[in-house]
Amino acid sequence: MLNLLKRLWLVMKSPSSAAMGFILILGFTGGIIFWGGFNMGMEATNSEEFCAGCHAPIVKEIKETIHYSNRSGVRAICSDCHVPHNWTDKIVRKVQASKELVAFAMGTISTQEKFEERRGYLANREWHRMKENDSQECRNCHEFDFMDFSEQGARSVKQHSTALASGEKTCVDCHKGIAHQLPNMEGIEGW
Amino acid sequence: MKKLLTAIIAAGIVALTASPVWSDGSDELVSNTGGVSSLRGLVEISDINKSEPMKRVPRDQQPIDRNYVQQPPLVPHTTRGYQVNLNANKCLSCHSFKNAGDMGATKISVTHFEARDGTTLSDVSPRRYFCLQCHVTQADAKPLVGNTFQPVDSLR
Repeated sequence: MLNLLKRLWLVMKSPSSAAMGFILILGFTGGIIFWGGFNMGMEATNSEEFCAGCHAPIVKEIKETIHYSNRSGVRAICSDCHVPHNWTDKIVRKVQASKELVAFAMGTISTQEKFEERRGYLANREWHRMKENDSQECRNCHEFDFMDFSEQGARSVKQHSTALASGEKTCVDCHKGIAHQLPNMEGIEGW
Repeated sequence: MKKLLTAIIAAGIVALTASPVWSDGSDELVSNTGGVSSLRGLVEISDINKSEPMKRVPRDQQPIDRNYVQQPPLVPHTTRGYQVNLNANKCLSCHSFKNAGDMGATKISVTHFEARDGTTLSDVSPRRYFCLQCHVTQADAKPLVGNTFQPVDSLR
């Protein structure tokens, strides 16, 4: 075993007799295949079908909400809100999510009843995450700097121009359950 | 008596065989509404009439005056997507006694704490929990039928 490793190390260390161009082409194509494949894998785990694999009932719920059907036909899917868009945060979340595969294997939310029982926990975890990152995923589309208060309703302006503008509150503090059924809201701030 | 019966039957046969008055001269039966326009419009019973376009509820407007003393106040804003169920009551997140002050919303009336037997509960009575049963949003729609109702002077 040690000998094998030593020989491998020797091969890796010693200069190759292959042409520089060949090595470069090999490197480039290898890079494209691996990076492309990695990205494709990431994209595949961001699709609605992939989410629905475990969270089927919750994917159904969004269909009644404005993030699924609206006048202009813009749609947010699960990953738009639940997976950060910038690269580093996305990788961090993806690694955390690998832990959730255990829950899948154990069938933690495999039936509607189990899911309803756990809804409060799951929702609270997501609210907490969004509170911590200042509702980063909301702001990927709904940017405060570009909000036109003259187009908003009086009730919206009142909240947005005060608590949101000062940074005292973040989107998710008020906008809970905008794409899902709510869990039992007893004891939640503002309810 | 026999003559009278014969006359009635004869008249009946004549009436049945004669072309119907509403047939417009042709053999086919063209109308079964009798030319009467209902709330559905002047549409054959067998036809599916064109539905009205959906009315839009204004996003936000000033509180709407009541028309009679015990009228449940109308909702002057949209309620699309508001969840009112076992788990949550979106209306009460602004209109409850606890939140109304902060949100600048109208408080619900204390009568909503009363149970059926007249006892006052510590929170909204279950029978008053489903706000939209009585308080409804308003769209700018033409009344279906005429109405000459006038509010009493004290509400004007």
